[in-house]
Amino acid sequence: MPKVTFVQPDGVETVLDLPAGSTVMRGAVAAGVRGVVAECGGNLMCATCHVYTVDGAGDVFAAMTDDEDELLDCTAAPRRDTSRLSCQLGLTEGMDELVVHVPGAQT
Amino acid sequence: MSPGSGVVVVGAGQAAVQLAESLREAGFTGPVTLVGEEPRPPYQRPPLSKEYLAGKVTPEDLVLRGEWFYADRGVELLVGRRAVHLDRAGRRLTLDDGAVLSYGHLVLATGARPRPLPIPGADLDGVGNLHTLGDAQELRERMESARDVVVIGAGFIGLEFAAACGARGVSPVVLDVAGQVMGRAVSAPVAAHFAERHQRNGTRLLLGRTPVELTGRGGKVGAMRLADGESLPADMVVTGIGVLPNVELAEAAGLETADGIVVDQYLRTADPAVSAIGDCAAFPDPRGVGRIRLESVQNAADQARCLAAALTGTARPYTTLPWFWSYQGDLRLQIAGLSTGHDHTVVRGEPDEGFSVFCFREGSLVAVESVNRAPDHMAARRLLTAGIRVTPDDLSDPGFSLRTQLTRAAAAPARHQPRNRGTPSGTGAA
Ligand SMILES: Cc1cc2nc3c(=O)[nH]c(=O)nc-3n(C[C@H](O)[C@H](O)[C@H](O)COP(=O)(O)OP(=O)(O)OC[C@H]3O[C@@H](n4cnc5c(N)ncnc54)[C@H](O)[C@@H]3O)c2cc1C
Ligand code: FES
Repeated sequence: MPKVTFVQPDGVETVLDLPAGSTVMRGAVAAGVRGVVAECGGNLMCATCHVYTVDGAGDVFAAMTDDEDELLDCTAAPRRDTSRLSCQLGLTEGMDELVVHVPGAQT
Repeated sequence: MSPGSGVVVVGAGQAAVQLAESLREAGFTGPVTLVGEEPRPPYQRPPLSKEYLAGKVTPEDLVLRGEWFYADRGVELLVGRRAVHLDRAGRRLTLDDGAVLSYGHLVLATGARPRPLPIPGADLDGVGNLHTLGDAQELRERMESARDVVVIGAGFIGLEFAAACGARGVSPVVLDVAGQVMGRAVSAPVAAHFAERHQRNGTRLLLGRTPVELTGRGGKVGAMRLADGESLPADMVVTGIGVLPNVELAEAAGLETADGIVVDQYLRTADPAVSAIGDCAAFPDPRGVGRIRLESVQNAADQARCLAAALTGTARPYTTLPWFWSYQGDLRLQIAGLSTGHDHTVVRGEPDEGFSVFCFREGSLVAVESVNRAPDHMAARRLLTAGIRVTPDDLSDPGFSLRTQLTRAAAAPARHQPRNRGTPSGTGAA
């Protein structure tokens, strides 16, 4: 079971064991992790599920699609190289420990 | 708000949950109570007519916020309980089990319910609508064995349902009294494109036709009769003919209603201790005249944020730009702004690759409808929010791009920048 650590801008951490087959966004929403709004429920419509992954995580998750890339240009918090939409971060069996940083603003 | 008393919210849907979240984020420490009549914790409605019917998600995937959310933030969630009486003088709300809740501030977030079908036979078994998870569960089960599916109403929900049927190998008939799909909510080019795609995918679309009666045998629906005499077989009928705001509680308490609970730009009713947000609230249109009521996740969530700010001491008028999405098969529609009353449209893009329709009213851009063109939508939201001017003339320039327009306006925020024909469209997106 992937273990995902959510880090808030103030450093507070939430660690969740999430089932494979789910997404980082669903896990965060179900647990009520602050700062993951996910207004469109994972439909690539809202960009309010923005997170920063840690460097190198690009290899862990599936590559981003053009749609995700374009939506990421419109996030409320600044886009960085590590920006992803957490509804597109699928969790799989092989994943072990993951860390994502939640931005200060989503809307 | 009187000291020591809390916020009680009637309705535990999209708006209520966002209000609770935003109140706590803003540091509100008083009691927060959500009362919802549905038997389950708050969930998302949009996927009901899309992924859920198509069998792509489970009820667990639909929860708006998990149990921890409420416990962690000290939000009391009462589900399966209906608010039945509002005593404004005594600031008390009575629930159907006799419980009485006192409040400092009461928020009506009661949403809306499907408009009943006003023809004989509407109560036959096999006739249903799609508003709650319960409804969707029932429809999903019926779809397994249905042969002749008829959808009454070619609005968002009817068409989303039709697309979900298609994904399950059922070809429905969709009927509407109006001559275009999605009523007046979208421009003619978008309506025409969606109609054509649905038909290509096997949906039989009957526009400008009026159903007059549903008939059946043994209490079960079997056919739909139309005003022109035609009769269509129907063993499953789904209606999607709009909603009625839930205003009864407010009305009985003497608050003004007019297709919704009447509120001012701060979302307050005439009673300073009572506000209304979301689908049930009729608020002053910040970009037009008169009052409007919107049915969208964006409106429910943003009104909740606005009200939470007011209740924690930073009142601001509700002026957020409306935006909306719908998902029908492989067509993704995103709308920024309100196209009501538009008198001119400009289409950019290609039907097969994605396009946007720019809707103008008296020369001003009022809405942008994007089909499979998310970047246009996001840029349009920012342009419309910032009030950056775009003219039909700008759009006739092949080099025009919403993004370039944004960047240019950001560089010189105070002035309307003259169009620069030499600027390449950086992304080729618009
Ligand atoms: C099938 C479907 C698909 C949709 N798709 C989209 C979409 O793609 N995009 C989009 O933006 N929007 C969509 N919407 C609209 C969106 O879901 C609503 O605008 C949003 O849920 C409104 O939030 P709300 O809190 O105002 O009302 P709701 O979420 O409806 O919540 C109101 C709740 O209050 C309860 N209630 C009412 N009266 C009482 C009472 N007296 N006591 C206790 N509880 C009470 C109701 O039972 C209900 O659960 C869709 C809606 C449906 C039904
Ligand atoms: S939840 Fe809306 S884009 Fe991810």
